[in-house]
This record gives sequence, structure tokens and C-alpha cells, in this order.
Amino acid sequence: MKFKTTLLATTALTVAAVSAQAQDMADSMTLVSWGGAYQNSQQKAYVEPYLADNPDVTATWDESSAEAVAKLRAMNEAGNVTWDLVDVVASDAMRLCDEGLAMELDHDEILAPAPDGTDASDDFGDLIVSDCFIPQIVYSTTFGYRTDMVPEGVEPPSSVCDVFDLETYPGKRALQKRPIDNMEWALYCDGVAKDEIYDVLGTDEGVTRALAKLEGIKDEVVWWTAGAETPQLLADGEVFMGSTYNGRLFSAIAEQDQPIGMMWDMQSFDLDGWIIPADLPEDRLARVLDFLYFATDTQRLADQAAYISYGPARESSAPLVGEHAELGIAMGPHMPTDPANATNTHLYDYEWWADNRDDLDAKFQSWLVN
Amino acid sequence: MADTANSDAFVEFERVQKSYDGENLVVKDLNLSMPKGEFLTMLGPSGSGKTTCLMMLAGFETATHGEIKLDGRPINNIPPHKRGIGMVFQNYALFPHMTVAENLSFPLEVRKIGKSDREGKVKRALDMVQMGDFGGRRPAQLSGGQQQRIALARALVFEPELVLMDEPLGALDKQLREHMQFEITNLAHELGITVVYVTHDQTEALTMSDRVAVFDDGRIQQLAPPDQLYESPDNSFVAQFIGENNTLEGTIKEINDGICLVELDDGELIDAMPVNVSNVGDRTTISIRPERVEVDTAKLGDSAHTLKAEVKEFIYMGDVFRTRLSVAGKDDFIIKTRNSADQRRLKPGEQIKIGWLPRDCRALDTV
Amino acid sequence: MSDTTDTGPVLAADGTPLKRSLRRALRAQKLRALALIAPLLIFVLVTFIAPIADMLFRSVENQIVSNTLPNAVATLNDWDGTSDGLPGEDTFEALYYDMFLAAEAKRHTRVGSRLNYEESGISSMFRKSGRGVDDIGEDQIDALEDINDVWGDETFWFTMMSGPDGVAKANGILSAQRERLANLDQSSFAGEIGFAPSQQIADLLPRTVRAYTAFAVFTAIEDEDIVAEEEPWEAVKVALIEDLRSGIDLSGYDGPGAQELREAQQGLANQPAIDYKQGFIDITEDWANLDNWKTIKMYAPPFTTGYFLNAVDMQKTPEGFQPRPENEQIYGILFKRTLFMSLMITGSCILLAYPVAYLLANLPMRTSSLLMILVLLPFWTSLLVRTSAWKVMLQQQGVINDTLVWLGLVADEGRLVMINNQFGTIVAMTHILLPFMILPMYSVMSTIPPYYVRAARSLGATNWTSFWRVYFPQSVPGIGAGSILVFILAIGYYITPEIVGGTSGTFISNRIAYHISTSLNWGLAAALGSILLAAVLILYWAYDKIVGIDNVKLG
Repeated sequence: MKFKTTLLATTALTVAAVSAQAQDMADSMTLVSWGGAYQNSQQKAYVEPYLADNPDVTATWDESSAEAVAKLRAMNEAGNVTWDLVDVVASDAMRLCDEGLAMELDHDEILAPAPDGTDASDDFGDLIVSDCFIPQIVYSTTFGYRTDMVPEGVEPPSSVCDVFDLETYPGKRALQKRPIDNMEWALYCDGVAKDEIYDVLGTDEGVTRALAKLEGIKDEVVWWTAGAETPQLLADGEVFMGSTYNGRLFSAIAEQDQPIGMMWDMQSFDLDGWIIPADLPEDRLARVLDFLYFATDTQRLADQAAYISYGPARESSAPLVGEHAELGIAMGPHMPTDPANATNTHLYDYEWWADNRDDLDAKFQSWLVN
Repeated sequence: MADTANSDAFVEFERVQKSYDGENLVVKDLNLSMPKGEFLTMLGPSGSGKTTCLMMLAGFETATHGEIKLDGRPINNIPPHKRGIGMVFQNYALFPHMTVAENLSFPLEVRKIGKSDREGKVKRALDMVQMGDFGGRRPAQLSGGQQQRIALARALVFEPELVLMDEPLGALDKQLREHMQFEITNLAHELGITVVYVTHDQTEALTMSDRVAVFDDGRIQQLAPPDQLYESPDNSFVAQFIGENNTLEGTIKEINDGICLVELDDGELIDAMPVNVSNVGDRTTISIRPERVEVDTAKLGDSAHTLKAEVKEFIYMGDVFRTRLSVAGKDDFIIKTRNSADQRRLKPGEQIKIGWLPRDCRALDTV
Repeated sequence: MSDTTDTGPVLAADGTPLKRSLRRALRAQKLRALALIAPLLIFVLVTFIAPIADMLFRSVENQIVSNTLPNAVATLNDWDGTSDGLPGEDTFEALYYDMFLAAEAKRHTRVGSRLNYEESGISSMFRKSGRGVDDIGEDQIDALEDINDVWGDETFWFTMMSGPDGVAKANGILSAQRERLANLDQSSFAGEIGFAPSQQIADLLPRTVRAYTAFAVFTAIEDEDIVAEEEPWEAVKVALIEDLRSGIDLSGYDGPGAQELREAQQGLANQPAIDYKQGFIDITEDWANLDNWKTIKMYAPPFTTGYFLNAVDMQKTPEGFQPRPENEQIYGILFKRTLFMSLMITGSCILLAYPVAYLLANLPMRTSSLLMILVLLPFWTSLLVRTSAWKVMLQQQGVINDTLVWLGLVADEGRLVMINNQFGTIVAMTHILLPFMILPMYSVMSTIPPYYVRAARSLGATNWTSFWRVYFPQSVPGIGAGSILVFILAIGYYITPEIVGGTSGTFISNRIAYHISTSLNWGLAAALGSILLAAVLILYWAYDKIVGIDNVKLG
């Protein structure tokens, strides 16, 4: 559309104009993220280095990413957007972009090219799922289990379907309190082929079938809403196995030395990255773009992987991933994208869920409370 | 004073002591005996132990030592609700969530008296205090005086032989108080009940009681009928506490024939009746009621001693004149003279002489 | 002053009516009182009344559909939603202009999300349409520009639409389009745009002028560009094609572009008509789905009962109000559960708080102050910490289970499930809300003088009777106040059930929070909140009827 190109041109012009006049940049930024280890990795990998280079600038964190869409919408209604850069998952970025709450970007104009000169858009590739979205990491939701709770004489669980097998692997499970991923895993383990999952789930019978599969373990499930819950439940021995973000499991295993094993089978990939709220004042936008150029370059994304086991979104960053900043272990094998871990993966369909979330959620929640 | 070992005593305190903290005695060695049908008032300043005594009798406090007997029976270990004593509280303690009739019916209900009996008794009790029409009201809808009557009726409705009243008229205005004093005494005498009445108002004590026990410092200072208490106080506390009183300090000069001569501190001499002084040279406080002071010294005998006095203030009070004098170096000497036709009105600054009959002036211990 | 005998109004000394004098005398006093409470009044209005009013409004408000698709919705009035046929071509044509503008303003996905609450799939239907709408009629546009490339030239367009200097302007169209955009975007489109359509061209090409004016207003105000320097949207060209094809007579027109218009009209004559219906169905098959159209028609009015129906597990269908399918019902259960658990929590708070409050009110000062500190201690700890502590206490590998296993009271395999269920929620919330019960009880009990119980005992009542018949009834107002406080706090509680409630111990407020922050269905959240508010008010009213609100004392 014509409109889009003019807007992108304006953006580019703005960038060009402001990089010439650094004094027009705001000297503070409000960054929105998730808190915890992930925010810490961002702080260490590029916020602190950026602030060291720009001593006049201050950065404030707001740990509101979980409610980013709701809050941005409310800020937009109130006409006072206080955030400068917001870290969101891909589906939220798409939604914000659709609703005009996030700014559309020309990735090649505003982001650094790869060291070998490849354009940013090629370097990020398919991960740019929305015109407003600057991917940072690839993470996955996958299962971990207590190694010491595996019954004697039984192989440790290795398939996502072991989660549904109470006979061989008795014990409690921790699952996220939402239909996404759980329904897909249930259908997959009920014998539905991977590429037919969404076709089946789109029918009433498919929903019934998925819920029936989950019904088999319902009494043994502890439902979580915050990513930190599963590692805690595993550490306390409250559950035998549970799903959570792979980085959380890595922390529990590598940093806290818990007797937990990883189960990469059918890990559900997702993306996390930045969006810029729409209609920022020029000085703030200039500052944010300056920061983004630095924070999303190849080296910075690779640096981030030294603090958390999430895969950098740039192809050019992968070879630069080194060792854990404190433990000194090689991070490569702990990435969800590592070929050894990614033998059987699941990529959830954003579009399908955007359409069906309301409906499935009503059914899922109704199933939960009954 | 009544014999403490009186065999027809209805209420008896025998060597009763009470301490709350194990260090100080609030009631010190109390002995008291009262016959059935008597109206006895415990009078004293606050903290004198009178209310504690009443509470021990009611059963809300236990005696630290000694025995309390009711109708010959020791009641120290009987809980309050089994003592069968009626009680009227200072704030009436009418149950605010019950109607007047329910309040009265309460003691009957807990005694498991049948419904029809109860109604009859409640009605009689209400009529007795002229509140027959008020059965359906709540206490908060009644005036202070009406509440007082209800409280009285409630204490009497279950026909106790002994009724305790803890400053029951304290919250009423003067006129109503005087009226209620009259009603309570009448009722008590009509019903023939024994009443122990606690007050700090001496007028109330004097007008209502058969006998008054004056409390101070945990002891009964004097137990006597009102007139005796007023006219013949046993000690200077009683003299001071009951009625208006002038005191002068001095030393016993001589005692003979039931009259002693006291030399006041400024050297003047005056006659008095020795009460609890016995030796010449003892310090004494002499006590004289304002209405017994004679201004017209000619009315006294020739031998009578008189004192110089200077008029400080003259107050017209209607039926009496009240005059403040400076006597023997003290500025608070009060005299009261009747407003009769021939009575002279003294003027401030006037120098006069005053005197009294020796029997009106009592030489007491020094305070 | 013998006014009292008069029949007229009582007069003051200066002859004015006494009532008026009194009013005047009181006015200053009233104003001062008002000034004193003004800060609080404003605070309450802004932070309490306004949000509640906003919530009530949002729970029925549905203007987004008619604001975003005004023309399409208007044509649907004639469409019989129960018949089998899709709406006519006129609806699709109107939809084209609506959708084009909505996509430019990025409002189309919002209306999609809104309708998706009612019918799954509408969200992507709108999203896809927003992306594809500019493809509709592209063949005809290409044909137009092949005839003469001035149709791709912004200056030509601007000149033609503005007309020669000094001609009459169609200001009505301009202000209509400003209002249309303001409704759509929920923001102001006032301000100078450097363009006004000429009346002459507006009479000649009504569709085109409407579309161009909308383009001009949007370009100048929203994009802050100069109208004359921007090429018009595809929708403007489509409008022109439609105007030219409608058989207008251009012979009388001699304004700018007259020649080009005539040329275009001739050139387009043998082009096929733009098929809007097929155009939309090509974007997504969903436009051929009758259910989607029925949903659009049903939710077209600016106010809706839909959110409230949803909040009570009902739905609006063409056949009237129906219960939702059983596997989607949830709110009835949650409302009942919230009420039941709040009552349980209130009940257990009464049982636990009464003895504590009694002790507080009757112990000597020193001891009771100490006890009071213990009661208030939980207030000094964060709510989250207290709730998390309960998790540590109650979980299967937690302190209580460990102790019970150690004592041999339960077997290691038989550890009790005390968390992530109703029991855990009731325990944790009772603990958290206990002070709100103790404090009003205490403050009422401390006003009950000890002489009532003494009086009762002197009247012959045993300890129990004097407590039950005399003390307890007087402490009831404290129980009432505490119960109302605890119940109302409990019914809206969110954080504790979220953490320890599992699936069987969650409250309606957890669903409200979900719809606020995750599903973004604020209308439904507002409807649920309004019902909760109404439930509280009804209970309060019932309490007043049964117990009497005068019997509630906070001290």
C-alpha cells in the first residue's frame, strides 16, 4: 500500500536526520520486558554496554511484557504512551501491529547488517513475522522432568507422549493454564499427524478429542501461569514433569544444579523481540532507534546467549555463541535450535490461534472448572 | 456500732481484706454486720474501698482474706448468679438489645419461671415503679430517670432479699435525684428488703440510710445513723467528709468535766468537747459546723471563750447568709446564719467576735 | 414580630421571607463545607465514580462495528439475515470503501477481534481483507491508467477535485468525511487540510469526491502530508470508475480534467464491472460464510447485550437468546463458586476472629496491645509473600505434610492435597482477610462495657447464658461489619486464588483479569465486573433488609 511506503520513507528520513544531530535524542528510555533471568540477559548483553557508551542516558525497566498489549491499548486510549521499546512475543507483536499500536519498520534501514554485509532482513529471515517486529531470540516451551522420580527399571521419559502416560510415569505434571501447546500435544499424542493438527483442532470433534486426551491426566495436573512456577515445582518435588520455557529449565539444571532432565521432543517454538510503540515523539524515537541499532547487532545477540539459553534470532549470531558467562559451559547444545534438540519440533500457528483463541479458550476453561 | 458477731446478722463481713496486686490492701480488715431490712449506705471518696466491698458481696470480686456471710452462710465460693442478690448498677446496665419487658423478664427466664408467671411479675414490677406503659420500649428510648426506675424494677423483679446499689443516682440531675432518693427508700421499706447502697454523695447517704458506713483508706471510719454521723463524728475525716465543717489546729491546754480548752496556734483559747484526744499537750483539730458558730457572743455564757474574726466575704443565698471569715490566721472559716428578720448582714472588713457552745465544737485527732 | 399569626410566609426583621434569609445565611456555610470536601469529592469522582461509569458503559458499548463499517452496516438493514442468500453487491461495494478506510486507519483488526468473540474466524477474515482490499478492482484501475497516465498523477487529481480558483466548495462533504474519520479512529480530524472539493465536481462525481475527500482528510491530518503531493488511494480510483460507469453525462462539464474524464468514460465502457463480492471472496472464502454476515448484522447496533449474555453463559442467535453450548459454559459456575467460597471464607473468619477479638477487648491493656501487634503483623508483610508462604506450607512436599508424615499421621504416599484447590484458597484467604474481621469486631466489643455481663450474672444468668443472651447480641454489629468487609473483599479477590486456587479454587475475578490483560475482551470483563458489582449491591441490600444496616458498626 502506498501509505506504508511513505511511512517507511519518513522513518528512514527521521533516522538519517537524527543520526546527524545526536543532541535531539531523548536522554532516557523506558524499556519493557519480562523481568527475571531474561531481562537480566538483556541488561548484561546490551543495555549496560550501551549505557557505558552513552553515560548521559538512563534506562528504566518496566516488567509488564505479559500485559503489554492491554497496557499499550490503554495508554493509546489515554493518549499518553510512556514506553519506548517493548519486548513482546511474536503473536502480541502481530496484534499490536495490526491495531496500529506498534510502528512499522524497515528492518534494513534501521538495523545493522550482518558482519559479512548481509542485509538485516535476510539475516533475520523468516523470523520477521510482522513489519513491526524485531526478533531477538527463539525460545521454546518444552518439558523437564525429575530424574530421581523416574520409576526403577523404566527408561527416562523422552517423548512428549510420556507426559500422557500415567501408567509408566506416574506422578504430577505441570502444564500451562491455556489451550495453546497443550491441545496440540494432546492431539499429537492421540495419533494425529503433525501437519494435520490444526485441521483437526479446527473441528468440534478435534477439540473434544484433545480435551479427552488431557482428561486422562487432568487429576494429576498442576496448572501454571508464570514461567517460574514449573522449575520451582520440579525443584520442590511437587511434580514429576512439567512444561515451561527452555531457558528456565536450563537455569534450574545448570545454575541451580537441580536433578532435572530436559525433554526436547515436540518443543514448541516461539519468538520474542522488540516493537516500538506507534507515534513516539521524535526525540524519543531517535534515541530508541539509536539503541536498537546497537542492541540487535550480530555480536550483541550472540552475547545475550551467554546469559540465557535462548537462540539468537540472527543467523549470523549463531557461530558466535560461546560459553555461559559464569559457568563456562558451552551454550550451543542448550539452545532450542541446536540440531540435536530440534529433531522433532512444533511451530504453533499464530494466525490459527488468533482466530480460534477466544473460542478454544472458552471451551478449555469450561473444561478446566468442570 | 453494731456487734460484729450479731447472731441475727443478715449480711456479715468478717475480717475481710482485699488486694488486687498482692502489695497494697484496698480493703483492710473490714468487719460489718447488718440486720435484715436495713438500708445501709457505704459512703466514701473514690478509692476508699466501698465499691470493692460491694463487688465482693455481689460475687464479682473475691475476698483475699476473711469471710463474707449472707444469712449465716459463707458465700465466698458461691458464683454471683447463685447468690440471689439484686443489683442496680451505676449506669443501670439495661440490656440495650432487649425491650424493657424483656429486660425485666430476663432474671425470671434464667430462673426457669413459667411464661404466665413471668408476665405477671414483670407487670407488677413495672407498676411498682410507675412504668407500666413502657414495657415495649427499648432502654435507649427512655430518659435517665425512667431507665433508673427500670433498673430498679429489674433488680427487684425476682424478689431478692438483698439489693445492692452502686451509685445508682449518679447520672441524674439534682431534682430527679432527690425525687428518686425518696422513692427508693420508700420502696425498700415497703418491700422490707435489705439494701446496701454505695455513694460518694453524703447528702444522699444522710437522707436515705438507716445507717451509714463512712469508708476511707480501706477501712470503715465510722458506722452510725446519719444524725450521729453528722453531729458526733468520730474523727476529723468523718467530720470533714460529712457536711460543711470548719477546722482549726491547736493544742490541748486542759481537760476537765468533758470539756477541754484548746490553745489555737495563734495563741487564742477556745472550748471544745474532747472526742478522741485524751492528754493535755496533744495536738488536735477542732471541728465546728458553720451553723453552730454564734456571731452574737452575748448569747453565749460569760465564761465562754471567743475568737476575733474579720469578715472577708458575705454571700446572700436566700434562706441563709454565708459569710467567710478570717479566724486564727485561716481565711476559709465559714459561718451560716439564718435569714431571719433581725439577722445582721456582715460587711467585708468588719471586725467581729465569734464563739460557740463547747458541745458543738469537737476536738478530734489531727489529720 | 407577630408574623406567626399571618398566613403568608414568615418574614425576617428586614421584611425578606425568613426562609430566604436563612438560605442566604447558610449558603456561605455550605460553600465553605463544599470547599473543604472538594478535594475528596473530585478524587472520588475521578478515581471511583468515573471508572465505574466507564465500566458500565463499556459492558454494553458496541459502536466499533457501526463506526468502522457504517455504509456496509446501513445496507444490511435491507438484508434478511435469516434467508440463505449472501448480502447483495451493494453491501459488498459499501464494504469495500469501509474496509479500505479502516485498513488505512488500522481499525479493521479491532473490529475483527471484537466480532471474533462472537464467531471464531472473523478476526483473520478482517485481517486478510485489510491486506487484500487494495487488490479489488486492480484490473480496472490498470485499464484506467492505461487510458491516460494522469490518473496516477497526484497534481492532476488535486486540481480536478479542487476545481478552478474561486468556485463554490462542497463543504458539506468535507465535514461529513471529517466526522466519518473521527468516528472511525476515535480521534479528532479537525484542522486545515489545504483542500476542499469543488461543488461542481461533487455533483458530477459524488462517489469519487467522497473517497478523495476522505483520502485528503486522512493524508493531511493523520499522515501530516500535503494532499496535493500524494497519489490518491486505489479506493478513489475505484470510485471514479464506478462514477464513470454509472452513465453520468459529462457533456456539460468544462472544469479541470474534463477531457481526460470523457476519454476515460469511453475507454472504460467495454471493461467488465468490478465484482466486489467475488473480490472479497477471493481474499478469503469466509466472506461467503453466511454465519459471519449474520454475526456482523447482529452486532451492528451501537449498543449490545452480547457481553452480558456471554457473562451469564448465554448467546444471541437469530432465534433469540440461547444458552451457550455446555462445553463453553463457565461463568455461572464461577459466579456460584465465588459466592460460595466468599461465604465460606467469611464464615471461617467469623469463627476464628471472634475469640481473638474477645480477648483483645477484654485482656488488660498491656497484653492486648501485644496481641494487637500480632494481629496486625500480617499487614506489614506483602500479600504476595503471605500467599507464597501458604504455598510452602500447604504443598505436598510442604511443611504441614512433612510434619504429618514425620508424626506418622499420614503415609508418605498419601500426602494430603491442600493446595491448588478450594481448601488452599479458603485457608490462605481466611488468613489474609482475618484482620479485617478482627478489627471491626474488636472495636465493637471494646465499646461493650463489662457491667452488662455482670448485670446478667447478678440477675442469675450462668456464664454461658450471660454471654449468649447479653454479650453476643451486642457484638453482632461487629460481626456484621466484619462480614460485609470480608465478604466484599473476598468476592473481588484476585491474587490469592490465582496463586493457590488451581482450577477448582479460582474466582470470577481471575477470569476478569484474564479478559482484561490476555484476551483483551474488555467489554466482557466490564460485563462480568458489573454483574459482580450488582451482586455485591444486592447482597448489601438483602443484608440491610434482614439485619439492618444500622446494626453495622465499625466502632
